[in-house]
Amino acid sequence: MTTITNSLSAFADKIRYYTLKELGHTGFGHYGGSLSIVEVLAVLYGKHINKNVQEPHNPDRDYFVLSKGHGGPALYATLFLKGFISEDVLYSLNQNGTTLPSHPDRNLTPGVEMTTGSLGQGISVAAGIAYSNKLDGRSNYTYCIVGDGELNEGECWEAFQFAGHHRLNHLIVFIDDNKKQLDGPTKDIIDPLDFVEKMKSFGFAASRVDGSSTSAIDVAIQQAKLVTDRPIAIVLDTIKGQGVPYLEQKADNHHIRPNEEDKKALRQAIEELEQRIKDGEGA
Amino acid sequence: MTKTLQLDTLEMRQVYATTLKELAAADNRVIALEADLSSSMSTGRLKDEIPNQYLNLGIMEANMMGVTAGLSLTGRKPFVHSFGQFVTRRAFDQIFVSLAYAKLNAVLVGSDAGVTAEHNGGTHMTFEDIGLMREVPNAKVYEVSDAVQFSYILRKAYHEGGVNYIRTIRKNAVHLYEEGETFEKAKILTEGKDITIVASGILVAEALNAAEQLKDMGISATVIDMFSIKPLDIDTLVASAKQTGAVLTAENHNVNGGLGSAVAEALGEHYPVPLYRIGVREQFGQVGKLDYLKEFYGLTAGNIVQQAEILIKRK
Repeated sequence: MTTITNSLSAFADKIRYYTLKELGHTGFGHYGGSLSIVEVLAVLYGKHINKNVQEPHNPDRDYFVLSKGHGGPALYATLFLKGFISEDVLYSLNQNGTTLPSHPDRNLTPGVEMTTGSLGQGISVAAGIAYSNKLDGRSNYTYCIVGDGELNEGECWEAFQFAGHHRLNHLIVFIDDNKKQLDGPTKDIIDPLDFVEKMKSFGFAASRVDGSSTSAIDVAIQQAKLVTDRPIAIVLDTIKGQGVPYLEQKADNHHIRPNEEDKKALRQAIEELEQRIKDGEGA
Repeated sequence: MTKTLQLDTLEMRQVYATTLKELAAADNRVIALEADLSSSMSTGRLKDEIPNQYLNLGIMEANMMGVTAGLSLTGRKPFVHSFGQFVTRRAFDQIFVSLAYAKLNAVLVGSDAGVTAEHNGGTHMTFEDIGLMREVPNAKVYEVSDAVQFSYILRKAYHEGGVNYIRTIRKNAVHLYEEGETFEKAKILTEGKDITIVASGILVAEALNAAEQLKDMGISATVIDMFSIKPLDIDTLVASAKQTGAVLTAENHNVNGGLGSAVAEALGEHYPVPLYRIGVREQFGQVGKLDYLKEFYGLTAGNIVQQAEILIKRK
């Protein structure tokens, strides 16, 4: 158990490291909301998602939909580490003619299951996938990450009603509760109230976990897989810019075009992660 | 073509339900989606007849499009129905991003076309759905005029894949075509030498009536049923424009963005001739009986005759 936990948190370090390097190459991008989903991506791709490069279209694979599509850079770093894309491609984010647009595109990037970016839509697609697989009697899982800001969109709540009504117990929804949306704190813009209570009232089994802890997320997913009669919502208590203290404290951290001070701090964060990864591999 | 057009015994909604049932029986990937308008479209019986291939989502069109994308992603063949405005206007971004941009498959059927919404009035009377869907890259856009044609186009869309929008009325259409007819090119229903009338949907019958009246006035008209608005059969259109030298379009839709726009754009690029577009101009819908509404918006055979006379003088 300890070994797995260690390896998941080491995987998170690598995802964070490559996310920062990737965004650094581009020179701008969605730092805040990419970094807050690093740990959940590490647990999903490090342990739970049954999908591999050799058979990316196997109908029994697990599906992953990044409904908060602006987290694309973190997903790309993960897909690079899983062998779906090369390092060269990773550093082509948002360049002219790239196969890595800021929001995921299923027709451009190997390993990307669904095109997302227009908020509220990915969760409906994930619900459709889970419904379809349930209809076919398959036991594969559909995982979906939605943003806390994204939940402003009414379509999310349509999708939750649908998932609850059809008792899609192989749909596991993560709410990335990083407490901020583009224009500021979610509490000030549209108070989200209690996500766990809301999701329960929509027919989900819901819990709140420390979204910066790979072991806590892993345990929550294991518990989710024991649920047989309803969809699952795991509310991730996260911080926008998670894992990079300088960015966590930066007020406006949704989309950043780093100034000299930012660049220095980001370089330092990359160096620290690099050292930690080296130390871990040496251990 | 007979002088008196008869209504088909089968309602268009029955054609839809029957065709879907046949397609579903032959292919278990076919699935019918509704957003609480099953009773209006005669698809309610599918719930019992093909329970695993029928899904009523309730009143949530945006989510219906996303679920459709998920179903397509897992290999199913979704047919999605609601009234025209709810299928297109209400869920347009979902169609655009989750279906078309993502290159997934769906047959979208918008019923109660234009003035046939009658007493549902301005909120439900859709004159812009064709215009919206024409703007979606690679989407195919149809307005059907007849039961045989509707069934054919549904099957065609099923076979071809991609995003298809089919606009129809719910009740009985005029009987224009016999079983076995194919619909790959625009249909020339009558041929004349003085003017070409290009129509779709319920305006095809008006155009045929107008052609009869024009004949009595010594004017011979070609009537084309342009059921496929995108892709548009430019070859048939231009060949006819060359023969007659004037083109009149007629549609139960806003002239901006609809059939009239499509025809004007094609002729403008390929063979400009004097043109007039019959349809709705800068107006919203309203409640009323079909005859009243056709009269109000200028969608009758009489309007076609009147404009044809003026147009011919511009040649």
